[in-house]
Amino acid sequence: MFLARLTKRVGIAATTLFGVGVIVFVLLRVAPGDPIAMMIAPGATPADIAALRAHYGLDESIPVQFALWLKGILAGDFGTSISIRRDVLDLLAERLPATLELATAALLVAILIGGGVAIVGTMLRRTRGESVVDAANGLLLAIPDFVWALALVLVLGVFYPVLPLSGRVNPQSADDFATRFYLVESIVTLRFDKFLEVASHLVMPTLALALPLAAVITRVLKQALAETMVQDYVLLARLKGMSELRLILQEALRNAVGPTLALTGVQFTFLIGGTVIVERIFSYPGVGNMAIDAVINRDLPLIQGLVLAFGLMFIVINILVDLAVVALNPRLRHG
Amino acid sequence: MTTLNRRDALALGAGTFLAALLAGRGISAAAASDTLTIAFNVNLPSFDPTVGSNATNPATQAIYRTVFDHFIDQGPDLAFKPGLLTEWGWNEDKTKVWMTVREGVTWHDGTPLTAEDIVWSLERAAKQETGNPIQFIWSTAGNYKIDGNKITGDVLRYEPTYFMWMAYLTGYVLPKAHYEKVGAEGFEKKPIGTGPYMVDAYEGNSFLRLKANPNYFGGKPPFETVVFKFVPDATSRVAEIESGSSDVTLDIPYEEFDRLKSVQGLAGIATPITDIGMIFITNVDVMLDKNVRLAAHHAIDKKAIVDRLLRGYGVPIDTLEAPNYTAYDPSVVVGYDPEKAKELLAASGYSTDKPAKFTIQTTRGLKPKDYEMIQAIVGMWRKVGIEADIEVYEIAKHFELRAAHQLAPAAFYNWGNAIIDPTTSTGFAMFGPSPHSAWKTEDLDKLIGPLWGEKDEEKRIAGWKAVSKYIAENGYVIPLLQYVQPIVFKSQLKVAPNQSGALQPVHIEKA
Repeated sequence: MFLARLTKRVGIAATTLFGVGVIVFVLLRVAPGDPIAMMIAPGATPADIAALRAHYGLDESIPVQFALWLKGILAGDFGTSISIRRDVLDLLAERLPATLELATAALLVAILIGGGVAIVGTMLRRTRGESVVDAANGLLLAIPDFVWALALVLVLGVFYPVLPLSGRVNPQSADDFATRFYLVESIVTLRFDKFLEVASHLVMPTLALALPLAAVITRVLKQALAETMVQDYVLLARLKGMSELRLILQEALRNAVGPTLALTGVQFTFLIGGTVIVERIFSYPGVGNMAIDAVINRDLPLIQGLVLAFGLMFIVINILVDLAVVALNPRLRHG
Repeated sequence: MTTLNRRDALALGAGTFLAALLAGRGISAAAASDTLTIAFNVNLPSFDPTVGSNATNPATQAIYRTVFDHFIDQGPDLAFKPGLLTEWGWNEDKTKVWMTVREGVTWHDGTPLTAEDIVWSLERAAKQETGNPIQFIWSTAGNYKIDGNKITGDVLRYEPTYFMWMAYLTGYVLPKAHYEKVGAEGFEKKPIGTGPYMVDAYEGNSFLRLKANPNYFGGKPPFETVVFKFVPDATSRVAEIESGSSDVTLDIPYEEFDRLKSVQGLAGIATPITDIGMIFITNVDVMLDKNVRLAAHHAIDKKAIVDRLLRGYGVPIDTLEAPNYTAYDPSVVVGYDPEKAKELLAASGYSTDKPAKFTIQTTRGLKPKDYEMIQAIVGMWRKVGIEADIEVYEIAKHFELRAAHQLAPAAFYNWGNAIIDPTTSTGFAMFGPSPHSAWKTEDLDKLIGPLWGEKDEEKRIAGWKAVSKYIAENGYVIPLLQYVQPIVFKSQLKVAPNQSGALQPVHIEKA
């Protein structure tokens, strides 16, 4: 049952990725902004321009270009970046870990903040405190991630300069890592100083990405908890003398978390999209930052690779969330 | 005896973590005395300075000039001076080129620079298949012969700017043996030059760390370590310098420049550079009417734009030759004259009630106040009888439209010319066959054509000045202003501004 469900999801994922590939490939070639036009030398003749176009394989028809690209991908060759002049797959492998660490950290922080505020809000329901929690949450919801990023830069970078403003590590110690998963590596190798260095660079971009998601989690979880808290089994538990906090944590939370988890999965994909701007503001060397340069330079092979990578991440996240929801809900687990 | 419960232990752990996190700030704070940290405005995507679109980006030249050396050097005042070549020139009838290679120079891996490296770099640049965007210049000479540290070559087509380009875009010397050994991808991973600093660590979109080249032929560089932080967001660059995380930054909004330079511990300089802002006129529609073109130019109060929008940081210009260019002619003046603009438009049947209509394209945020400038210009035009619709586009779209000769009748753009020769400004921007021109008419091409190969330098420059005058009289383009580059730095430093706009660490020293 589980395997069949998983196989079906993988099949759908492959089809989705193929569709994404087709759409991106065609859109990039019909959208304004010719990459060759950006490279034309002042004294270039039409023959020079044609040679340049052929050099980058852009002289063929779109179907032929697509077939060649697809053939390359199936052979593990995503092409060479026009602007960076390196293998696209190598670049993705180099940059993805940074984005994955950032996105995962942001998700965890969002769950902690969002979950915590939802629980506090539930404990304070029908009091003035609940209004304060709701108002604060509304404010969090209304402010997008890039505004949080700029506000954090101003407060924690300039007014109270306690955190590094840019990058992933201190440039002086950048070559102290064997892998690209700096945070994970520093934990696994028990290098506390390195962990602190990487973590201090992660704080601001993580908060910028996490706060809007935390607000969403708070709203959904608090609503779900409110509905659960009036269920008979919760009332019975209360009659038995359980404290409010224990009621929420031990009785209500498990049933309320389902819809929150599903929504968090969807919102997490938006969070990954948000890394594009946030990574730019903090000069964080992830795929999002690279994506902006790729678009500015009309680096078609790199944009295609990046979109496929983002697509793959979205699909994997959704599959994981689906599996988690099933695991948490016995009714779904048993068909 | 004090005992810790679970809550106390958690609180203590969290407190320790936060304290350590904040204490870690000291590690990443900028500038030990032998380290210079620059909050740089663009990312460096590729190390090879001779190929790809990045090779022609004037902004990245500051980094390339720090790791590599040009064939010929160019000072901050734009004067050409010996680099890896100590002497150079043409023979009497300009059929041969000759060069003398500096002796005693070593690559970053310790191997000596040879005349073979120079010739290999020139020949590689001249090959179309290597993708050098300035190949059309490098291919004008060839058949190089080496005799010790002397190189001679044949002039295949006389190009007056051949040696000037040796100090600018793609005019860098690369190591023949190393490049042939490691290949293009290998070179990206381990770039080697002869420049004052050597690549030490690199994280794309984040930073480049360089260490001083102790064997640099120009003497030991002033800092042991230089860090370029890639901070494309202007707000973040302001934060970098204001927080003390970086020692120098550039190209920030002029409002912030004025504010920061008065902050204690910081200083600022603003220097006119070789970039200009202009409006391309395309020979279509209403722009075929000379009166409309000239009226559009006379109606613009450039000084007001500079004073009010750019806080005085800009130099109004009337030709594509800025004051620090070789063919600058101060006698060519168009001038702000709205009454004359009205008269010209009236002569063609246009007025404020019956305006001449066209579209003007512009970028938004690419250059300081670009969109706002065009808004102001459209407002000035409206007062004299021109109604222009603003269309915002991305720079990539501009390039595509320009190459296809499909720009709108008016299009804002910025143009750089660090070798200050008229061929690279008026020439490429206005010569019909150039893929970068918008105005394409025979009368102008007949004037420009003979100047490309003119061997008499005095006659050549005089010819370009005459072209500038002719263009101004006919309103074929609307030059707006020469840009001013703002640089903010810690007051313990001394920064020599570079008129090319390249902020090179070798021009920064401790005060």
